[in-house]
Amino acid sequence: MIAQIAFVLVFAAGIFLFARRVREIRRNISIGQAVDRTDRKNERWRTMTMVALGQSKMVARPIAGFLHLLVYVGFVLINIEVLEIVLDGITGHHRLFASFGGGVYDALIGAFEILAALVLIACVVFLIRRNVINIRRFRMKEMDGWPKSDANIILVAEVLLMFALLSMNACDALLQGKVAELMAAGQEIPEALSHYIEAGSFPVSSMLQPLYAGMDVDGLIMTERFMWWFHIIGILAFLVYVPYSKHFHIIMAFPNTWYSKLEPKGQMTNMEAVTNEVKLMLDPSADPYAAPPADAAPVKFGAKDVQDLTWKQLFDSYTCTECGRCSSECPANQTGKLLSPRKIMMDTRDRLEEVGKNIQSDGSIKDDGKSLLRDYISEEELWACTTCNACTEACPVNIDPVSIILDLRRHLIMEESKSPESITSMFNNVENNGAPWAFPAADRGKWIEELNA
Amino acid sequence: MAEHITVPTVAQLVSAGEVPEILFWVGCSGSFDDRAKKITKAIVRILHHAGVKYAVLGAEETCTGDPAKRAGNEFLFQMQAMQNIMVLNGYEIKKIVTGCPHCFNILKNEYPELGGNYEVMHHTQLINDLIKEGKLAIKGGESFKGRRITFHDPCYLGRANDVYEAPREALQALDAELVEMRRCKQKGLCCGAGGAQMFKEAEPGNKEVNVERTEDALEVKPNVIATGCPFCNTMMTDGVKNFEKEDSVEVKDVAELIAEAADLLPS
Repeated sequence: MIAQIAFVLVFAAGIFLFARRVREIRRNISIGQAVDRTDRKNERWRTMTMVALGQSKMVARPIAGFLHLLVYVGFVLINIEVLEIVLDGITGHHRLFASFGGGVYDALIGAFEILAALVLIACVVFLIRRNVINIRRFRMKEMDGWPKSDANIILVAEVLLMFALLSMNACDALLQGKVAELMAAGQEIPEALSHYIEAGSFPVSSMLQPLYAGMDVDGLIMTERFMWWFHIIGILAFLVYVPYSKHFHIIMAFPNTWYSKLEPKGQMTNMEAVTNEVKLMLDPSADPYAAPPADAAPVKFGAKDVQDLTWKQLFDSYTCTECGRCSSECPANQTGKLLSPRKIMMDTRDRLEEVGKNIQSDGSIKDDGKSLLRDYISEEELWACTTCNACTEACPVNIDPVSIILDLRRHLIMEESKSPESITSMFNNVENNGAPWAFPAADRGKWIEELNA
Repeated sequence: MAEHITVPTVAQLVSAGEVPEILFWVGCSGSFDDRAKKITKAIVRILHHAGVKYAVLGAEETCTGDPAKRAGNEFLFQMQAMQNIMVLNGYEIKKIVTGCPHCFNILKNEYPELGGNYEVMHHTQLINDLIKEGKLAIKGGESFKGRRITFHDPCYLGRANDVYEAPREALQALDAELVEMRRCKQKGLCCGAGGAQMFKEAEPGNKEVNVERTEDALEVKPNVIATGCPFCNTMMTDGVKNFEKEDSVEVKDVAELIAEAADLLPS
């Protein structure tokens, strides 16, 4: 009974802390500008099914893709066993689902064991890839410090959790064996052992049994209970940790792909505020001196800080897994320039977290003298982008760093009139000559004369 | 044999009571850049030869606003776009072909929201259609026999708009060996000119993007690097010069290769 109460308290605390953090993230994302991403629903469901559920973009890199698939399928399916563990914890039963059907249950437990072993192997390979093999995208500057530890913490945690799950089963099987021995000998089953009914099949954990075979019954029960608690508390700790980590992608990937940009990659957003102004400028009947309504908020062009971005761009930043596939495909990054699309996403999230803490103190966004532009992302990074969309193509969860780069450029140009000198002269040429070079518009047809020369 | 061609402008056609079936949008690069003008001329010779009822805007054409938009100057972009849309809609243009993927993308994807709705084709798509329809015969195609051609995907045609096959299918008409670079199609590497980079110095790094991309191309030992974008053409030409390979590797637009094979260019 004490164990049940303790379990319920720990479980409730885990759920509470998780929910509190999710609310915080939700509030942070909601400071973004409105954008409608609810059209073309069939296409959205299809995209989510393919990209998030079906992992279609992960397999572009087959090794990482396959290993990720193991961890993903393992994670999703082993949750069925976690559900049983939670119900066991609340009700004080053991292997509650075993009563529903011996054969099916045995097969399920066997499958979970194999998955757990595959997850464990995949995580060990991932640890080696990150820390031993020299893979450039894991060693870029933005990965120094916390992002690197974050990745390792989760991988080590998963290895430990899977080890605990298998050890729990190994001890359980040994205890089931003891019960069977006693029954065969016609002896009475002591109270402490009656818990360990015959259930499950243990294709993997049976290999771990030698580790625990030397223990007496009390030692086995203690180890089994320890592994059980370690596993479930570990999972609850994981739940609380995840929304503070890049591993939040395990949840965010699904809605994020549902809200994907469905337009062609080359299509960049139209700014309606500008359209209205340009129409006025081109309309000969418009009153050039007409004052805007007094209560109209001043229109801001482009983005200087996170609250100027759309909620979807902010959503993207919490979905980013920091895998670096974007940056490793980025032509600017490959040629040693400062731009890294991954850093753009991480900066956006880090600045949003900072602004979020700001809101927490008194409820409104207050000027802290900082902004996403310059304090996080430099002009040099922005101007290195060729808008080639290699990053958006590479992203396994359909994140769009180019849109953030463009919105920051828009702020630089339209609010600050700040651009590299040669870009300014390109603008002047387009405006005066109708071409980005200083050629007179009248010469546009010169090639026609040359055609027959 | 190259024949004498008169290029009609839309204004001329309209004043003669006709409408062009298709508008050839030349683009700034195709109009002013000496190298790109050769591509423009090859396209015109193909259109003429295939009997397409086309016309150009001539002096009435102006920059689509693409470099302004990518650099963040939405005002300038929309000013350009609105002017162009007024001209195009005034002439009731329905269908456009262009030799520049940047013009292609912006006319196709970004003009509709400002009131300009057209069917837009890239010239490699039109050329491919003309070959398939039998309107363009590759007479001298065997002159490419034994030559290796590799196609560099322009970002604004490929990734931006998912056009990967049309230029490749058109090149298949040549009796040449089409070889793919390690990075091609969705994974193709930018030439380094997009997003208004063409008009400024690159940011400091350890290499130029076009050099990196030319390495990809040279790796497959091509005789010809085929392009479908005047900017890619410039960048790849510079890249080839950087490796001092200009004597053995040509950089040519798909339109130029097809026009040459169809014996349409002046000798």
